[in-house]
Amino acid sequence: MSHSSTRLPKQQASSTHTLIANASAHLKPVKAEAALQAKLGFPKQQPADWQQQAIAKLGEVKSKYRSLQVFLDSCMKCGACTDKCHYYLGTSDPKNMPVARQDLLRSVYRRYYTLSGKYFPKLVGAKDLTEEVLDDWYTYFNQCSECRRCSVYCPLGIDTAEFAMAARDIMNSIGIGQKYTAIVVDNVLERGNNLGMPGPVLQDTLDSLEEDIQEDTGVAVRLPIDQAGAEILLVTPSADFFAEPHVDGLIGYAKVFHQVGQSWTLSSTASEAANFALFSGNFEQMQTLAARIKQAALELGVKRIVFGECGHAWRVGYSFLNTLVGPLDFLDSKYPQPEHICETTYRYLFNGALKLDPSVNDDMVLTYHDSCNVARASRMGVRPGAQFEIPRALLRAAANRFFDMRDDSIRDASFCCGAGGGLLMDHLMELRIKGALPRMQALQQVVKQHGVTHMAAICAICKSQFAQVLPHYGFELDQIVSLHQVVGNAVKLGEEWI
Amino acid sequence: MSLWVSYSLAILLSAAVLVLVAGCYWKIRQYIRTPAPLKIPTTPAPTTLDGVVLRVLGELLLFKSLFRANKLLWVLGWTMHLSLLLLILRHLPFFLPNVPLWLYQAQQFAPWVTLLFVVSLLGLLLRRALHPQMRYISAISDYLHIVLLLAIAASGAFMAYIGPSYPLGVRSFSRGLLEFDWQAIPHSPVLWLHLILVAVLMLIFPFSKLLHAPGLFFSPTRIQRDNSREARHLVGWVEDAEENQQRSNSKS
Repeated sequence: MSHSSTRLPKQQASSTHTLIANASAHLKPVKAEAALQAKLGFPKQQPADWQQQAIAKLGEVKSKYRSLQVFLDSCMKCGACTDKCHYYLGTSDPKNMPVARQDLLRSVYRRYYTLSGKYFPKLVGAKDLTEEVLDDWYTYFNQCSECRRCSVYCPLGIDTAEFAMAARDIMNSIGIGQKYTAIVVDNVLERGNNLGMPGPVLQDTLDSLEEDIQEDTGVAVRLPIDQAGAEILLVTPSADFFAEPHVDGLIGYAKVFHQVGQSWTLSSTASEAANFALFSGNFEQMQTLAARIKQAALELGVKRIVFGECGHAWRVGYSFLNTLVGPLDFLDSKYPQPEHICETTYRYLFNGALKLDPSVNDDMVLTYHDSCNVARASRMGVRPGAQFEIPRALLRAAANRFFDMRDDSIRDASFCCGAGGGLLMDHLMELRIKGALPRMQALQQVVKQHGVTHMAAICAICKSQFAQVLPHYGFELDQIVSLHQVVGNAVKLGEEWI
Repeated sequence: MSLWVSYSLAILLSAAVLVLVAGCYWKIRQYIRTPAPLKIPTTPAPTTLDGVVLRVLGELLLFKSLFRANKLLWVLGWTMHLSLLLLILRHLPFFLPNVPLWLYQAQQFAPWVTLLFVVSLLGLLLRRALHPQMRYISAISDYLHIVLLLAIAASGAFMAYIGPSYPLGVRSFSRGLLEFDWQAIPHSPVLWLHLILVAVLMLIFPFSKLLHAPGLFFSPTRIQRDNSREARHLVGWVEDAEENQQRSNSKS
């Protein structure tokens, strides 16, 4: 594979950011094998008439999603988004500018679906769908983490995530799938979680975690699974069962539930909050994956559903679940929709059921990384924007020292961790390290200014990504913590204190 | 010759208005008919309809998101749009049967507005031509849109402030257009050019990025309420699929 790096003269880039053509053209995910694609209901290989099929599929997708149709037409190339994408800031590849990424699809739309593009393609930047363009689709729509930061700044609200989802959906329809997302979706369909971990393994893991907690604290904190009649079904990303620092978050949830005497359970059939079909833009698969959660809740007879710390799962849980598998009218009318674990914990804290001792965390100076799907695609609490306040309120209650990173890197301007949207693959490490750059720069500032030692997050992908990427920026991998790890530390187990 | 020009321009302008209206109608109908099956407002988003109206007004009148994105671009873009609006309004005396006095008085500000319009357009053109990023994302048509507006402004400004202008002749021609009683147009090639360029602008509107104007009112990330917990959002093909599912369930 050839990739040339053309550097623009330095002076041109003095006031702005540099463009380096094809800087990240070599970073593409491994494709899914034919057998796996077929299992997921996609064609085994690229058909001979792939071009016609892809163009027809584009027409179908844009007729099903108003977002795509309006966004394809409305971009005026104002350039407001050009410097907003973490992958562009990290790689300098011009095709990672949100508008340029969109244009990979838009130029094809113009060619085949607009008058101007049919008759004056050069004039309006319309392009034939060639192998080369398809290759760019595969590369650059897999260099979008669907984080929606660009949509915050776009005067029209154009969301590149909608383009990435549509493009991945179109590519799947002509047999071109991304292996990682395909394996994860298949695992969930087969075994209930992303890792393909069977029920007994999960049971063993939870047993040994219970032993660990008992050893650490002397208190028997339970991690119940498949407990029919429990009040709460906790659906959490499967990384919470084994990965660091995720597992400390899981222990944190358990400690909170233990301390307030809440009856709860995990489920072996819905042992995964994540819904990777969101990333590939496949509505039917997303619905199937979401249905497992409803099914498990019905089977266990729970009254409430709570989502653990997972960003895009919460987007599906908050924004889409009601549409996909609703109505959830079997739930307690006081909690008629899924809650985020932060909302649940915050409520205990607010009504006095949960007491925290922040001095336990005095060895930490904390900051908080807003996960993109929580920040820009969903909500917590009753007020818009409470998704920023509730996690911070929990951290401030659980630790004495907390400092926010700079304004253009938090809340709805938060920078993606660099691995969301189905890009958390080892062989994309170069892209992940570069994509993390803006977040790492903002972190470095608060480390210098305020002596921040740890960054808390509420997303499994963010945590996995930072645990691997932090060392590349001179940090220790354990400087990323789960929010409920901090909260869990501060829960004084088994003590009656006021 | 003058009669031939008058009729040609009358036909061109009438056709352009027709294309503009029909084209926008067709696009807007397409936007309305295409469902938005999922709730995708960019959050934090308003939970009420009033809130959504405020959000869209903020984008429409103040370009709030653009303000967050890029201050220079905001100044240029906002000034360009506002002065364009004022300049369009300044043409009302050519069309209204009775012209209110304030509209005549307001004309004294027109030179300043024209200046702002031209300067902001030049700023946008320079930015597009000089920024490496802007150059990369721009097609020829992106430059031509600005050049077209500049040419319209220049030909208009020439008539208003430099060369001869024919207010009464133009008024009679424009009133004639409105009442389908075509009148002769003054003999002024600059005026003819001005009108041809305006016709081109109207003709390309429904086929170009100028569709961002209606697009704003249909952008799901900006016009949706954040109420997915309170109300089940079920529309279009998702609703149809669910109804089919229920029907087949009840049969079996």
